[in-house]
Amino acid sequence: MSQQISAVPAIELRGVTKRFGSVVANRNVNLTVHKGEILSILGENGSGKTTLMNMISGIYFPDEGEIFINGEPAVIASPKDAFDYKIGMIHQHFKLVDVFSATENIVLGLGKAEKYDLKDAEERVVEISQRYGFEVDPKKKIYTMAVSEKQTVEIIKVLYRGADILILDEPTAVLTPQETQKLFAVLRRMREDGKSIIIITHKLHEVLSLSDRVAVLRKGEYIGTVETAKTNESELTEMMVGKKISLNIERSEPKDPQVRLEVHHVDCTNRQGTLVLDDVSFSVNSGEILGIAGIAGSGQRELLEVIAGLQKTDSGAVLYHNPKTGNVDLLQGKTPLQIRELGVRLSFVPEDRLGMGLVGNMDITDNMMLRSYRKGKSAFLERKAPKNLAEQIIEELEVVTPGTTTPVRRLSGGNVQKVLVGREIAASPTVLMAAYPVRGLDINSSYTIYNLLNQQKEQGVAVIFVGEDLDVLLELCDRILVIGGGKVTGVVDGRTATKEQVGLLMTKSEGGEQA
Amino acid sequence: MSQAIKKHHEPLIHITKRDQMVWWKGWLIRAIAILAALVVSGGVIMLLTGLNPISVYAEMVDGNFGSSRKLWMLLQKTAILLCIALAVTPAFKMKFWNCGGEGQTLAGCIAAAACMIHLGDSMPGWLLILVTFVMSVCAGALWGVIPAFFKARYNTNETLFTLMMNYVAIQLVEVLEVLWENPKNSGTVGVINRNSQAGWLPDLFGQRYLLNILIVAAVCILVYVYLKHSKQGYEVSVVGESQNTARYVGIDVKKVIVRTMIVSGAICGLAGFLLVSGTGHTIGPNTVGGQGFTAMMVSWMAKFNPIVMILTSGLIIFLQQGATAIATTFRLHDSLADIVTGIILFFIIGCEFFIQYQIHFRRSRKEGVEK
Repeated sequence: MSQQISAVPAIELRGVTKRFGSVVANRNVNLTVHKGEILSILGENGSGKTTLMNMISGIYFPDEGEIFINGEPAVIASPKDAFDYKIGMIHQHFKLVDVFSATENIVLGLGKAEKYDLKDAEERVVEISQRYGFEVDPKKKIYTMAVSEKQTVEIIKVLYRGADILILDEPTAVLTPQETQKLFAVLRRMREDGKSIIIITHKLHEVLSLSDRVAVLRKGEYIGTVETAKTNESELTEMMVGKKISLNIERSEPKDPQVRLEVHHVDCTNRQGTLVLDDVSFSVNSGEILGIAGIAGSGQRELLEVIAGLQKTDSGAVLYHNPKTGNVDLLQGKTPLQIRELGVRLSFVPEDRLGMGLVGNMDITDNMMLRSYRKGKSAFLERKAPKNLAEQIIEELEVVTPGTTTPVRRLSGGNVQKVLVGREIAASPTVLMAAYPVRGLDINSSYTIYNLLNQQKEQGVAVIFVGEDLDVLLELCDRILVIGGGKVTGVVDGRTATKEQVGLLMTKSEGGEQA
Repeated sequence: MSQAIKKHHEPLIHITKRDQMVWWKGWLIRAIAILAALVVSGGVIMLLTGLNPISVYAEMVDGNFGSSRKLWMLLQKTAILLCIALAVTPAFKMKFWNCGGEGQTLAGCIAAAACMIHLGDSMPGWLLILVTFVMSVCAGALWGVIPAFFKARYNTNETLFTLMMNYVAIQLVEVLEVLWENPKNSGTVGVINRNSQAGWLPDLFGQRYLLNILIVAAVCILVYVYLKHSKQGYEVSVVGESQNTARYVGIDVKKVIVRTMIVSGAICGLAGFLLVSGTGHTIGPNTVGGQGFTAMMVSWMAKFNPIVMILTSGLIIFLQQGATAIATTFRLHDSLADIVTGIILFFIIGCEFFIQYQIHFRRSRKEGVEK
């Protein structure tokens, strides 16, 4: 039996096209996945990976083209249909009910034919876990779980429903290196069990270590599929980007580093009443890039917002050494406006670009004004200087836009970020904070951002870089501050530290409970 | 194995978002929508009354443009509605859902009437008008700033708060009606200063309403400039789009909320002044007559653009006047006029969907696939 069926692909896409308005998200994509195979979908952000997977899992419906499941033409018009075809998708953003236990979430939404028997379900959950090597407590409530556990629940959920084809959308984005290895071991066991696995990622080393074949998308177009064993990083990058690029980030020695910013024993409680920063102390020097590493949500955002005057502290101090006056100014407890009036030139590229750094519905010129519109005594706006700045940034950073009057939300992620970083750098800061500045950016744009940060560093700016990709942090930063659960768990030298070392520090604060 | 899988049908209709449309196509769709609306409501009229729809429409036009008096009424009513719509717009741009246009305008009316009644004899005419004007604007601003203060301070729900403030204002007018009753036992305030005409806005070039219209035209330009070219207007937009961004660039969000609602309420107060001092010279619970709510629709239909609001407010008044005209001429019940107005508005607002989205049917899609 297996001989015959395995000749037929588990899933096959022929000429699939999906458009959003005039934007073609996928054009004429052909793809096959066999039984017992791990296929990576590789492509830069905006290349259409997620759209393609959403069509397989019934969230979008293709405008053109056909999908075959086990050789039969299939119409997948809803996620329910996808279940019927034994397709399960694990989304980037988990869809779990916080107050329910793992098992309750897993059986949630099952068909009426299934009997609701929690005890029976728990047994099956345990059975599935043992079969593939998951570690999960079926009775544990979701809100007490770490991110990796929640992901495990999502995966078991689709297996429980009998999925034979699993799609994982950037599953490693939220995991530490150690957790990633565990996940990969599980996925390999599923492959041995005859499941077909599609994994979306843009991390090249993961592709190479895990998958059997790699399908590459670029700007919505299907470029080709290669066997992992017969390829390498630079070939894949070339397929992804369309041209050869160097993958090295420059790192110069800091020149004349002097303490620019000090954070002393800062505690901070968020609106929900949880302690998000716990006795955080560190300092940043001029002319260096300080990296901040940590699992998502370990207090990185709050830390930057405390410095920027957007978040109140419970206790502790933030001190700024003004290079012009030689004064030491206290920043905490001040509003962003008061901080600026002190003469502190602090630029901040926040994580939420369109929700905080920019106004999506305003055009580029009006977004340039956000920082500078108060200038002058007139009650009216002066749009000439911002317009010039907009034109200058568009030209220098090669922003792809129809013009300065285009609302920024219509730009692609990389161009949005260029506009934001461009504006923040134009304020000639002495401290530049950037939270996940390359998230969602293609390789070219990412390197543009790294270069800009390096330029700022060479001009003597104290740069704080919050990143998620440890490889990049280790290549770019002079020092790396690691935080876990709101605590500083270590500061390492970016030139000598290893990925494993940083990874261990990331989980240190919760290390006690984890196996 | 594949038999076990249910066969699924392709969805019958399939909706996709359009890219930005060429401007003339958008207007073409709107024109078609109005035509379709006239055809549908024509059918409804024929079905319900047996009247010839063409003559009904002719009567609608006649009801607005038939005489210079009707034309002036159209312009005057449009001006008042436009004024209230302009008032709620800064708040709407800030995503502060001010449903209190009715109450804020009525507060302006109360202040105007109070000034005219109690100060009528004590000062020269021009000063009385000035004092009345200032007091009305302040009263409107006060009615607007109360919910804004609570929103900024305690994050109360502005929709409910402003709505409730409307009822407070209406009840207040009912109390004052008893106090200001004239003549006794009439149950109404009657025309204030009928003989002296103290506090009445003067006629301009022999036209009673011209001054009202010119004032609102000026307000329209001011609001446009305020929102588009002033620093405060810019702050309103930033706060409306994203409070996080506003905080990030150091805008005091609470201050902007309070300030904008003062502006919003003040313009409502001005509308109240125009209603009492410039139009009716009296006050009652129905002086504003629901225009505070209609104004919200006017503002939305114009997508918060003050200049386009001239069109949308004009359209609404045209429909209302025309509806009243057909109701009287053909001795129909008022409800029929409301039905026609409803149908036309439904089409005009509904056609925006077709400007935003495109619809594909199953058959046309299949052909594309099989090629």
